[in-house]
Amino acid sequence: MDLLNAFITLANFVIIPAIAYGSQLALGALGVTLIYGILRFSNFAHGDTMAFGTMITILFTWWFQHMGLSFGPLPTALLALPFGIAGCALFVLLTDRAVYRFYRVQKAKPVILVIVSMGVMFIMNGVVRFIIGPDDHAFSDGERFIISARTFREMTGLEEGLAIRTSTGITVVTAVIVVAALFWFLNKTRTGKSMRAYSDNEDLALLSGINPEKVVVVTWVIVAALATVAGTLYGLDKSFKAFTYFQLLLPIFASAIVGGLGSPVGAIAGGFVIAFSEVTITYAWKKVLVYALPEGMGPDGLVQLLSTDYKFAVSFIILLVVLLFRPTGLFKGKSV
Amino acid sequence: MSSSNPYQDDRGNKDRSITNPAGQGTAMPRSKSGPVTSAPGGPFLIGEAMTGGYGKGPDILHECTIAVDRGEIAVIVGPNGAGKSTAMKAVFGMLDVRSGRVLLDGEDITALTPQDRVVKGMGFVPQTHNIFTSMTVEENLEMGAFIRKDDFRDTMAQVYDLFPILKEKRYQAAGELSGGQRQQVAVGRALMTKPKVLMLDEPTAGVSPIVMDELFDRIIEVARTGIPILMVEQNARQALEIADKGYVLVQGRNAFTDTGKALMADPEVRRSFLGG
Amino acid sequence: MNDMVKNTGLFALVALLIVITGLMQSWNTALLILNMGLISAIMALGVNLQWGFAGLFNVGIMGFVALGGLASVLIAMPPTEGAWSAGGYSIVLGLLMGAATIVAAVLTYQRMPDGRARTLAMLAILIGGFFLYRAVYDPGVDAVEAINPASTGNIGGLGLPILLSWPVGGLLAAGVAWIIGKTALGLRSDYLAIATLGIAEIIIAVLKNEDWLARGVKNVIGLPRPVPLEVDLQRDPEFVERAAGFGLDAVTASTIYVKLEYAALFAVVLVILLWMAQKALNSPWGRMMRAIRDNEVAAEAMGKDVTRRHLQIFILGSAICGIAGAMMTTLDGQLTPGTYQPLRFTFLVWVMVIVGGSGNNFGAVLGGFLIWFLWVQVEPIGLWLMSTLTSGMADGGLKTHLMDSAAHMRLFTMGVILLLVLRFSPRGLIPEK
Repeated sequence: MDLLNAFITLANFVIIPAIAYGSQLALGALGVTLIYGILRFSNFAHGDTMAFGTMITILFTWWFQHMGLSFGPLPTALLALPFGIAGCALFVLLTDRAVYRFYRVQKAKPVILVIVSMGVMFIMNGVVRFIIGPDDHAFSDGERFIISARTFREMTGLEEGLAIRTSTGITVVTAVIVVAALFWFLNKTRTGKSMRAYSDNEDLALLSGINPEKVVVVTWVIVAALATVAGTLYGLDKSFKAFTYFQLLLPIFASAIVGGLGSPVGAIAGGFVIAFSEVTITYAWKKVLVYALPEGMGPDGLVQLLSTDYKFAVSFIILLVVLLFRPTGLFKGKSV
Repeated sequence: MSSSNPYQDDRGNKDRSITNPAGQGTAMPRSKSGPVTSAPGGPFLIGEAMTGGYGKGPDILHECTIAVDRGEIAVIVGPNGAGKSTAMKAVFGMLDVRSGRVLLDGEDITALTPQDRVVKGMGFVPQTHNIFTSMTVEENLEMGAFIRKDDFRDTMAQVYDLFPILKEKRYQAAGELSGGQRQQVAVGRALMTKPKVLMLDEPTAGVSPIVMDELFDRIIEVARTGIPILMVEQNARQALEIADKGYVLVQGRNAFTDTGKALMADPEVRRSFLGG
Repeated sequence: MNDMVKNTGLFALVALLIVITGLMQSWNTALLILNMGLISAIMALGVNLQWGFAGLFNVGIMGFVALGGLASVLIAMPPTEGAWSAGGYSIVLGLLMGAATIVAAVLTYQRMPDGRARTLAMLAILIGGFFLYRAVYDPGVDAVEAINPASTGNIGGLGLPILLSWPVGGLLAAGVAWIIGKTALGLRSDYLAIATLGIAEIIIAVLKNEDWLARGVKNVIGLPRPVPLEVDLQRDPEFVERAAGFGLDAVTASTIYVKLEYAALFAVVLVILLWMAQKALNSPWGRMMRAIRDNEVAAEAMGKDVTRRHLQIFILGSAICGIAGAMMTTLDGQLTPGTYQPLRFTFLVWVMVIVGGSGNNFGAVLGGFLIWFLWVQVEPIGLWLMSTLTSGMADGGLKTHLMDSAAHMRLFTMGVILLLVLRFSPRGLIPEK
């Protein structure tokens, strides 16, 4: 019984939050990895793209709430999500048109594009703060829990409760749908294959009659969608703050690199590796151990390996360890 | 300054955590096609008196002429640095041709981009980087047929008939195949557009002699299906043996032009280029 | 010669902008911009060394700057009474044991044959070492943090003159750069960008959380100063008299005087570093750096150890950022880890280097001054612009929102400037020769 309690505690405080966070990171890393694979640079503006898409979603959510529209037990933000994606895609495409395309025509070296993306990062950061401000916004509504800790305890008669928040459930379901759709698109459709071909060998793709501009446009739209979905899910789960989204850049980059830059499967694996390490290492294990260990053997301290403020350090150390042993990431990425 | 174009200057940065140079394209001379004019008569494909070089660089070709007619195999041979591949690229539009013209099937296509030449029916197999390594063999063929809007399953079946090993490995990543098999994928990819003429840039570079023989056999088979073939070859002797027409280039100029047999028999050609 | 005129003109323009600020706003504001401009110029110089000379992409400038700040605290603050005997030594011992654990694990990895035994041995060392380290380190930390937590609760400094912290800040940054460079540049392909990005965040996390070190987010205030205090000057009759001679009241005169002294100190450092950077650039060493940058393969073929050279220049550039960081903390008189943000301390410096002209030391310096000036002044200009634009509007939600948002114009402006320069003058205002 105690072992069961230990497991429930573990699930409640480690496994479920890590799965949710991992899904969010994976979606973010997928966007970074797609840009890296097809446009050939690491997009420093990705965190802000997520913030921008989420902001549009929030604005629509507010508007819908104002009109009295609701999605029943689900958060209104899900209704607003398609509009957020559209808005983000539009903005990103405009950016590509106004900024990135010039450098593509010039066949600029990728590192120039990295610097360009810094400029875009500043601009998007400014735009987001300009429109919605630098403050925290919680925009989740609807039912808070699928199962609350209390219901769970009453159902099972266990001491420990297992709470599954609506946002967690939505995150996982949405992430699964989005990832399945993306993989189907990349591997089964003509356009998706042409994107992979362009990423693999640009010159040969040209010779095969693949239109690079179309590939780029489709890529940006997909990236905008992924970023908006990732950002909205993160915001529903926690809350929205422009600066937090900018800071997500590090774990997202770490996920993409750990998985192997340019590899979509790697991005997903990397997201979960990073999320699980962050949550596990910064979790105080005392409660679990007290249940799991025989009577009296339970530890006195919190048994927290590192304070939660060091979660960036965790993603970074995992990154370093993976790179030391597998320089191309878990799944062979482009970086040989 | 390593480069006159500031956007090409990456300061030697090779940080793989931010940049991905793999598979990046090289500059193409032209981004938009010019007009096509009618020019009846002459061989099926001819690059006529071509003079030109890469970008603003010096001329590499001087009044160079290369042609191939229906049902023929034409081979370009010559010493290293003679401009063999350059001549072929000029025919394919990957070079700035400053004078001279390129005619295909009675049309002047000098102003077309390489992509538009593919649409016109030219199939081109580059010397290197000529397959999508991360994609399966079948996907490579599908990408070859990208410009086709019709059903290309027949063509794919034909390619598989021509290269049975590819059918066997159709779901394997092309990058995992051996050198000879990769070249077959590359040729197969080019055949997917049902080209009117096929151009091969050193198809046997870097493969073993046995594989080379097999590749030559396959090339002859392709030619028998009625597709004229223009080919650059390092292995002059074997290439001239199967050639209907041979071009010996030296320093970007035509040195000798004749049938393959005649060139093989020419004592001067033998002495200078075939090693006695 | 023409270039000379143009470049002098550009510097004169920035000087003019600062003078105009002095005339229109106040000389205090102008001098504040000048002082931070000097520090920014030094940071830009360091980054230019890395990116301009060697093509190394450092996005962890914030971390090195913060290390410099930490040096100021560790050097100049008075030692906390009893902190060392209470827990300081066990902290140091704990840290040493932590380091020893890592070294032991690395050695095990290198010495033992590949296999399960090695993995197990490494795990045993790492896990055992970790708990041992925590067992020694934690009590020490608790003891130190328990000492008068309202005002100290940290290990304190050495009580040395704060000017000494500038070179020490450089050394501290250099040490960390050495560790990063060793790992990130030694990997099969470079991973410097992500490594620096991560390390910078870690350094800030350490500064925020390790209260025993520099009080964390409780901040260290009241750092000793290399210049007199304003209040002391105001009490000095001689100073008041001299100020009156200039027609200034004592308060204004003292603030300006102090800032001028800072400016002089900073200018000396900038000139020395600039002179050294120029010397380095034109020395055989500098020529080799650029040869490596422009053609690494050829340089390698000539027997140059590229990784080693890259490591050298990475350490040098980071050390300069560390010096600048110590100077900045000295100027502020306090260390506030919460204020270190990548946009301000990493990416803004990048904007300075790119806008000024990467590969050119004078360009980097110009960029430092110009971008810092704009960073400060865009906000009031934005506010003025907004109030002009909204003057016809009725008071209400939108107007308030717009006025509040004007403050965020500076990020937007920095992005626009960077993109405009990249687009129309990609080599920067003063291009590399």
